[in-house]
Amino acid sequence: MSVQIEESPTNNGEVIKNYTLNFGPQHPAAHGVLRMVMELDGEVVERVDPHVGLLHRGTEKLIEQKTYLQALPYFDRLDYCSPLCQEHSYVLAIEKLLNIEVPERAQYLRVLFAELTRICNHMLNIGAHVMDVGAMTPNLWVFELREDCLNFFERASGARMHSAWFRPGGVHQDVPEKLLVDIGDWLDNRFFQLFDDAMSLVIDNRIFKQRNVDIAIVGRDDAIAWGFSGPMIRAAGIPWDLRKSQPYDVYDRMEFDIPVGTNSDCYDRFMVRVKEVRESAKIIKQCIRDMPQGPIASTDGKVSPPKRGEMKQSMESLIHHFKLYTEGFHVPAGEVYVATESPKGEFGVYLVSDGTNKPYRCKIRPTAFSHLQAMEMMTKGHMLADATAILGAIDVVFGECDR
Amino acid sequence: MTVVHSAPKYASNEGVIDALAGSLSVWLEGSGEQHGEIILSAKRGDIETVLRTLRDDHDYQQLMEIAGADYPDRAERFEVVYMLLSLTKNHRVMVKCSTDASTPVPTVTTLWPNAGWLEREVFDMYGVVFAGNQDLRRILTDYGFEGHPFRKDFPMTGYTELRYSEEEKRVVYEPVELPQDMRTFDFLSPWEGSDYVLPGDEKADGAPQVDKPKVTEKPADTGAGARAGENAAEGTDAVPPNMIEIEIEEEDEE
Repeated sequence: MSVQIEESPTNNGEVIKNYTLNFGPQHPAAHGVLRMVMELDGEVVERVDPHVGLLHRGTEKLIEQKTYLQALPYFDRLDYCSPLCQEHSYVLAIEKLLNIEVPERAQYLRVLFAELTRICNHMLNIGAHVMDVGAMTPNLWVFELREDCLNFFERASGARMHSAWFRPGGVHQDVPEKLLVDIGDWLDNRFFQLFDDAMSLVIDNRIFKQRNVDIAIVGRDDAIAWGFSGPMIRAAGIPWDLRKSQPYDVYDRMEFDIPVGTNSDCYDRFMVRVKEVRESAKIIKQCIRDMPQGPIASTDGKVSPPKRGEMKQSMESLIHHFKLYTEGFHVPAGEVYVATESPKGEFGVYLVSDGTNKPYRCKIRPTAFSHLQAMEMMTKGHMLADATAILGAIDVVFGECDR
Repeated sequence: MTVVHSAPKYASNEGVIDALAGSLSVWLEGSGEQHGEIILSAKRGDIETVLRTLRDDHDYQQLMEIAGADYPDRAERFEVVYMLLSLTKNHRVMVKCSTDASTPVPTVTTLWPNAGWLEREVFDMYGVVFAGNQDLRRILTDYGFEGHPFRKDFPMTGYTELRYSEEEKRVVYEPVELPQDMRTFDFLSPWEGSDYVLPGDEKADGAPQVDKPKVTEKPADTGAGARAGENAAEGTDAVPPNMIEIEIEEEDEE
């Protein structure tokens, strides 16, 4: 690292050095293991070099060694704040290669739980963002809501975080009717009371605005060139949402709006997420209202496993079960790139199949990679303390960024 | 083929290949559509021109991803795949070119600023060199890492492992030592997918000849080790243990 030395005009020729600072990898505001080598001129950031990869686990290599079904739980562990949305991209990619039909009820269930995941993810990010800039209370309140979401996941899949509930061809298990009723009740009677209370503390708060308004403004052209997606590109005023423009499952039947920002600063990014939570709630309610009865997984016995009861009665089901959980299903050769709107942006899966039971190559397109790369562009010229606000507004999770 | 899956639906692919191949044909090696994806294969040297034309003349504004892939059987084993997205046309295309470990691919950092890290990742994982990328450092692997882990010939377990050494009071790197062999099962059905011979099948008629057929003519061939071989050669007069008779006492009801 070079140290820039210059003579100060105001200090009788005393030599002033730029200060090089390690931000992280153990820093509470780094949202995980991020190391940023920062060059500071006083408190002003001159240069940022984010070092990522400290959480690299070689997920893509591991996936190549597993059958398609065995590889699914790895996706929960990428962005551990929005597990079901990652699974969504992966199962859709497999389904695209297989070209199989997913029953309507399964599509509704997937959309419902993807949106619940979005709320869950935004609860964490909104809370963490306000805490990064100094407010403690709202985080505690929205964490309570996140806890409720996790309980719903547990009731659907048995696991609070790593659900592995979306499966190629549908979902793993049907949900009890009471769960859908409870989610509706929760949205009507609990969620918005708490959420609005928490947000009333920060949205018009003077300190919160001072820390976020006009911080890290990224113009439209820059947002496009840097490959932004999700709330980051919407805050720049571009109404781009894959759920709307490239609908998957039953998103084309849902009515919802795309909130966009006007100023493209950290405050807008925050507000886009706050508004998105409302739209997600709208989608969940429509799902509960319109969800038909019926099967929850593809009826193709070569892809989705038989029910437990059938296995006790039918030899064919028993064989299918054995084959699916040892050899797994074969996927036709070919390659697809499938991207969905995860809470953080475009989460894509580039899946190459060679016709066997394992993916030949599975490239994961993390949302954080492009956003974090723009960190230097966004932080340059701001103060050191703004770096945490910018990082909070990106919504970065290193499980996904480093893979 | 009718589309029955529910994966993301974007603008129709109809006529796109003709339109793109028309203006790009000089620099393309091939183009095609499969599984609803448009894939253009560009000549390696012209990849930057192709992507520039797609960005400027065909409105593919965003570079979403650069993926590497390794096909060791090919003459040029690596593939670099660029995923482009058009916000205005609501459409996606994939552009790919192939290369080997020593031939550089022209960088596209001149077109998109976010290509820098994406190229660094392909370099880190596969060792593909990008000519013109000013900052081609490793990105995901450890400081001082050697090798390119996503190559198909790089073992799953890697070569080094690290642990905290109590004696030296620091983290030390050591060669990987596995207490048991890495367990890889492909579970492929021997009747359908696998191209290897299962143990025992080599004796079947028409099965491919293996170098050394497995026989047990000498005690040493039993595979039980030298000591067991000696014992077997000695012979034994031991007889199988008799079944132990168990007396079951009947309880008197009194």
